[in-house]
Order: sequence, then C-alpha cells, then structure tokens
Amino acid sequence: MSVFIATSRRRLVTNVLIKSLLLAGVIAALLPLVLVIGYVFAKGLPAFSADFFLTDPTGAFFGDQGGIRSAIIGTFAIVGLASLIAIPTGIALAVYLNEIGKKSKLASGIRYGVDILTGVPSIVFGLFIYSVLVIGDFMTGFAAWKGSLALALLMLPVVIRAGEVSLAMVPTTLREAALALGAPRWRVILFVVLPSAVSGLVTGSLLAIARTAGETAPLLFTVLGAQALTMSFVEPMNSLPLQIFNDIRQPNPDLVTRAWGAALTLILLILVTTLIARFAARRNRI
Amino acid sequence: MTTTIAKKGMNLTVKNIQAFYGESKAVKGVSIDFPANKITALIGPSGCGKSTLVRCLNRMHEEGSSASVRGKVLLNEENIYGADVDPVSVRRTIGMVFQKPNPFPTMSILDNVLAGPRLSGDRAHATRKHAEQALRDVGLWAEVKHKLNRPAADLSGGQQQRLCIARAIALEPEVLLMDEPCSALDPISTQRIEELVLRLKKRFTIVMVTHNLQQAQRVADRTAFMLDGELIEVAATSNLFNKPKDSRTKKYVTGQFG
Amino acid sequence: MAKTTSITNTSSRALSVAREWSADATLRLVLQVFAIALMAIIVGFFVQLALMAAPVISSMGVAGFLFDNNWDVAHEIFGAWPLVVGTVITSVIALIIGVPVAVSAAIYITEFAPARLRSTLALLLDLLAAIPSVVYGLWGVFVLIPTLKPIERWVASTFDFVPFIGGAVNGPNYFVAGLILAIMIIPIVSAISREVLSTVPLAEKEAALALGATRIEVIRLAVLPHSAAGIVSAVMLGLGRAIGETIAVTLVIGNAAIIGQSIFSQGYTLAAVVANEFGEAEPGSVHSAALIAAGVVLFILTFIVNATARVLIMRRTVKRVSVADKVVA
Repeated sequence: MSVFIATSRRRLVTNVLIKSLLLAGVIAALLPLVLVIGYVFAKGLPAFSADFFLTDPTGAFFGDQGGIRSAIIGTFAIVGLASLIAIPTGIALAVYLNEIGKKSKLASGIRYGVDILTGVPSIVFGLFIYSVLVIGDFMTGFAAWKGSLALALLMLPVVIRAGEVSLAMVPTTLREAALALGAPRWRVILFVVLPSAVSGLVTGSLLAIARTAGETAPLLFTVLGAQALTMSFVEPMNSLPLQIFNDIRQPNPDLVTRAWGAALTLILLILVTTLIARFAARRNRI
Repeated sequence: MTTTIAKKGMNLTVKNIQAFYGESKAVKGVSIDFPANKITALIGPSGCGKSTLVRCLNRMHEEGSSASVRGKVLLNEENIYGADVDPVSVRRTIGMVFQKPNPFPTMSILDNVLAGPRLSGDRAHATRKHAEQALRDVGLWAEVKHKLNRPAADLSGGQQQRLCIARAIALEPEVLLMDEPCSALDPISTQRIEELVLRLKKRFTIVMVTHNLQQAQRVADRTAFMLDGELIEVAATSNLFNKPKDSRTKKYVTGQFG
Repeated sequence: MAKTTSITNTSSRALSVAREWSADATLRLVLQVFAIALMAIIVGFFVQLALMAAPVISSMGVAGFLFDNNWDVAHEIFGAWPLVVGTVITSVIALIIGVPVAVSAAIYITEFAPARLRSTLALLLDLLAAIPSVVYGLWGVFVLIPTLKPIERWVASTFDFVPFIGGAVNGPNYFVAGLILAIMIIPIVSAISREVLSTVPLAEKEAALALGATRIEVIRLAVLPHSAAGIVSAVMLGLGRAIGETIAVTLVIGNAAIIGQSIFSQGYTLAAVVANEFGEAEPGSVHSAALIAAGVVLFILTFIVNATARVLIMRRTVKRVSVADKVVA
C-alpha cells in the first residue's frame, strides 16, 4: 500500500471543475473584444475608400453623403489641443507632488482631488464646461477649444498619476548625487529627474490620449459637431466620435456604414496609440 | 511539560536529485539518506542549494515558475516523483515549516491548526481535541488556550512559528521539513523551537536547513554540508564539525569562508 | 591683483548661487500656483454645477427631484426617479454579469496562466477598455440588439413567472444596456483584481500548498481571504464606471423616462438623459437645470462609490498609486 494517502476524488474533481470555470471567465471576458473588433473590421472595411478619407460629410440624407475627412482632422485637432493643455500641466503637477509638495497639505489635497477627478463620469466634465463656457455668464457658444478643455480635464488625472508613478521610480540616490554636486533643485528636476522618467511620462501621456480620443459625451455639449472642415478652434468642429454618434441615429444604411467606417478608423487610431504606449512602457522595464 | 507519543518514522532517501530554475541548475545531482527519527541538518553558504534541495523533498520546488526537478526521492521505498503519485498527497505526508512564520493571518488560531485535516477531509483529526494535542505538542497550548478564536496574526513571531509547526504536525506527517525555521526569530524563541524539534524527532524524520552552525551542532544527529549545488559531505554531526574529511567542509565549519 | 580676481570670482559664484536659489523658489511658486489652480477648478466644478442645478431644486425640491416618478419635459415636471431606477437596474445587471467574469479571469490569469501568456492576456483585457463607448453603442444597436431579441423573447415567455422577466420585449432595453456595461467594466474590475491578487504573499500560498492543498484550495485558503477587500473595491470602482457611462447606454436603452416592467423594457438612466436631452433644453430653463442636476446626482453617486472603494482598498496592503494607475489606464 502506498504511503501517500490519495487525494479524494471529490477534491480533484472540484479542482478541475473550478479551474475550468475560471478559464471560461477568461474566454467570456475576451469574447466581446473579438466580437466587437471583428464586427467593426467586417463592417467598417467596406466603407474605406479614397473618397471616404478625403471628403467631408455633406449632411445630405440621400445622394452624396461624403466621407469623414473633417471628422478625422477634427479629432486630431481637438485631442491635440487637449494634450497640449493637459500633458505639460499634468507633468508639472506630478513634479510638484513628487519633488516639491511631497507630503504637504496642498499636495495631499491635490492627490485627493485627482482621485475624485478620476472617478468623475466624462459626461459631467462636459456639463461643467457647458455650464461655464457654453451657456455661462461671461461666455456663450459652442467651440472646439471648449471641447479640448473638457477632454483636458479628463486627461489631467491620468497624466498626473502616471507622472507621479514614473517620477517616484527615479532612484533617490540619483537626485542626491546631483544635489551633492551643488546643482540647484530646478536643474536636478529638469536635467536629471525628468529625463530618467521620460519613458514613463510618454506612456502615461499616450494612454491619456488613447483614453480620451474616443470620448463622445464631453464633446456633445461643448464642440457640438459640424459637417465642413474647419481649422478654427472658436467654432463648432467635427470629430470621429460625434460623427459616429450622429450617423448611428440615422435610419439610413449608408450613413450607418459610414459610422462603421469611422468606428474602424477611430479604433485603429486608439489601438495604435495604446500599443505604442505599452511598448514604450515595456522597453522601460529593465 | 508535554507528552509526545513516540512513533517509528520513515526513511527518506534522495537519489541523484537535480533541480532547475529554467536553464540554471541549483541542485546538481545530490544523493543522501535521511534516516527515520533523526534530525539531519543541511548547512552551507547562502545560494548553495540547501533550501532548493529541501523544497524538492515535498515537491514544492516545481510550483515555482519554470522550475523543474529530475531524480528520485524515496519515502519508504516509494518514489514521490513516481508517475502515479499526486504532489498534493506527497505534501500531505511530508510536512514543511518555512523560514518566515506563515500562518493564515485572517484565520483563527484554531482554524490554522485544523486547516490541514479539514482540507483532506480527515474528520477524525479535524477536532478541537486534536488541535489541542498539536498545540500542546509545540508547547503553545497554555499561551493560546483562552484565545483560540483570535486571528493568528495576533501572535508574536515565535508563537506564530510554533503555530505553523502545530499546523504541520496536526496532519500527522511522516517527515517534517524545516527551512531555516528560526532565522526570523529572537534567541529565546529560537531556543524554544530547538527544544521542540528535539522532542519531535521521536515521531518524525526531520530535515532542517540552517545557516546557524551552532544550531546544527545543538540539535542535529547528522549534518550535511552543501556547496554550489553539490553535497560535499554528510556525517554524524560531531564528526562533520570535528573531523571533516573534505577540506572545503573544514574551511566552512571553521569559519574560513561563507 | 591675483587676490582681487579670486575675490570677484567667489562673490560672483555666490551671486549665481543666489540666482539659482531664487530660480528654485520661482519654480516652487509656479508649481504651487498650478496646484492651487487645480484645487480651485475642482472646487469650482462642484459649486458651478450645484448653482446651475438650483432652479430645478427650487421647483421640485431635492426629494421631489430624486423620488418623483414623473419626468415630463412638456409640463416642466422633473421627477428623476425613473432615471435613478434605470441607473440602478442597468448597473446591477452589469455587476451580476461582469463581476464573475472579470474576477474569474483575473484569478485564472494570476494563478494559472503560464507566465508567458500572462502579460498577453492582461494586455488583451486592457484593450477592451480602449474601445470607445460610442463603438460599443454602435455594436450594441446593430449587432447585439437584433441578435439578442429572439433569445430575450424566448426567455421572457419561458420564464414569465419570474418577477421582472416576463412581459413584452423591447429591442433596446435595460438588459442590453446592462450587458454592454458589463463588457465595459470587465477590464477595470479584472485589472484591479489582478493587481490585488498579485499582492498575496507567496509565503501564504506556500503554507497552503505544504498542507496538501490543491491549487483551488490554495485560492480559497490563502488567496481570497487576503484579497477579498481589494476585490470588493475593484467591484465598486467598476460600479462607478457603470453608473456614469453615457453614450453606449443612451444608444441601447430606449430613452423612455418610465420605469419598465421587466428587464426587457425600455428605460432611461441619469447619464443617458443628459446626453439625449441637452440639445432640446433651453439654456437657463428648468429643463436645462434638471439635466445639470442629473449630472450632479451622478457626480455624488460616483463620488460615494469611489470613495468607498478607496477606503476598502487602503485598508488592505494594496498600494494606492498602483490602483489609481489601473483606474485610469
């Protein structure tokens, strides 16, 4: 007889059964990814053509409905301006939190505020900008820059948090070495700390961009949307999410096809940004 | 203080064990006997493979990612690496105590002791009475009998380690593996554990990894010296320390390296 | 001569040091101004929204706005109860479907998946979060709704004795919205769960293994007790997401300001009403105030949910930074 007391059948079966259930969880979680991306490719690719990318939507229900040029350029413009606002501000605040404020009351207040902002639904940011700048006491009207501002508020907590994390990973010994050489703190931050954290900062910024590029809700009340291409930030502007949102609600299969094509374009842009961000992060992890 | 029922243990025989982490070999073909009811100490400088070897004896090593084992370990002539042997049942029969005390922190003291018997559905041993016996065996009963339902995390480090030993012996294993069981403890707790180990050898075959040469001399019947994944020498403890055959052993036990 | 030069040198270096110091002080000041400005924006944010919502509160009262089951734009009656109920129903459905999937996936990935597959699976799950809300809405409207409708009809007629199941089936409904929300919260819930699970000390897992536990028993004995609080907070953060999600929901819930009779009825949520009706609302009107008030309620709800999650997570050993990192990623 064996010296080992055999594990009971019930325990072995339970082990296998639960393990399979957990695996089923993985499959169930990945299924929507495959389905959504699969459908977007299948339905969006047929919409792709030179005209699709090179003409603006005409607004016509029948006949020539046009492509999504103004939407693509609008997305780049709105998200680009938002990044220009949020990324430097966010990194500056991350520097403040990690290098200067540290455990001061103001810094803890900011951290708490960032925690709050992180959980705020994006539509609430839109409402805020809407109530202050679109129907506000001192300023009215829809404009692209107001949408950028809403997106910037959405990006800010992401950039600050990612920035704080990557700055915290810069070894203290490095700072101390530079300070011991008599360098003032601002030089240490600018020439030692920030360059060492650069890949983390890039990753955080790209993820922030990827997250906000697909946002629709904050743009609805701020940018409004438009058909024609415009380069003016003080007017309503088109964007991919808005174009998709409007086309979905049209009872016309051609417009819906345009929505699928625009969705594929948007997803490709976001996926590429996300993957670049991930690989930037991976290269950093030595 | 406590009565420990004597019991004939089982011999553990290691035949040409090799342990790998990915490609690198941590144990390079070790063969050694661990006789029943004796304490064998494994000594050697850190990184020499003594902990890895002991983790091969209850099939814990293979749980690490990309870790693998080759060779045989015989418990009473039965290979624990045999094709039809389930590692789970091996670990139930060959108990282990770790370097850092690792009770389940949120579980009560009583539940910790009974965790093993409950797992294996051993109703006869999953009783309060059996838990009391195990706690008495490790000399912890008087200290905890009034707070059996308190979480294990409330105990001091030395108490936690004795609780872990009680948890291991509550399963009535044949062999008790101890991987530097005192390295995280203060001298007084260490002394109590050493006394306890000396009592426990009446029932179990004990393998104890230690980096503390005095400890090996105090408790071990036999001592094995390992270096760079190889077994250099194994002998009765007094012989190994006083009349080492290998020059490397001599260097180590006289404190010239490591 | 030589002496003078050296003196000048020293004093000029001292001067430049002083200038450097003042540069440090300037930097500090500028960054503090940034920080204060951000605080002001956060505070102003809430105050501004509260002020803009005031008209509907003065016409309906707080309780009236929250609990009156009558959202009638034409008659300027804004009782948001159907929206609150819709938000709760869809979020609960999302949790019921999404949490088991997300947590099992997280457990499988951290405890069972081979090391090489682990990061790939994690990346794929994170990509689920990269798909924009509006794309989920598009897919929901044109794929999910038509595919599910026959199944929903069958379920509704077969199980019509079960409360909230039987009855008429609308294409867009609470269930579809809840299902889409479930998909949308899976990445965040599973990412944070993964983070929490990976903090379980190896020592405790080995303790269970050494007692002869199977891998599943290790999870029950060592892993889950250690990470339960963290997983609950992951669920709370997912709930926060579900409550505030707007565009996908507004596309698939039917946008009817009534309390449906079953989970297959059309409804509305707080977020959806804002997205859907803001275009018709006259600036400064009670309607506009009501929509902003709906936003304020959303803000407060998500704040409570997220704050609870944070308290829970901080009680455990999980690092705040890493968790917040996952929330935003």
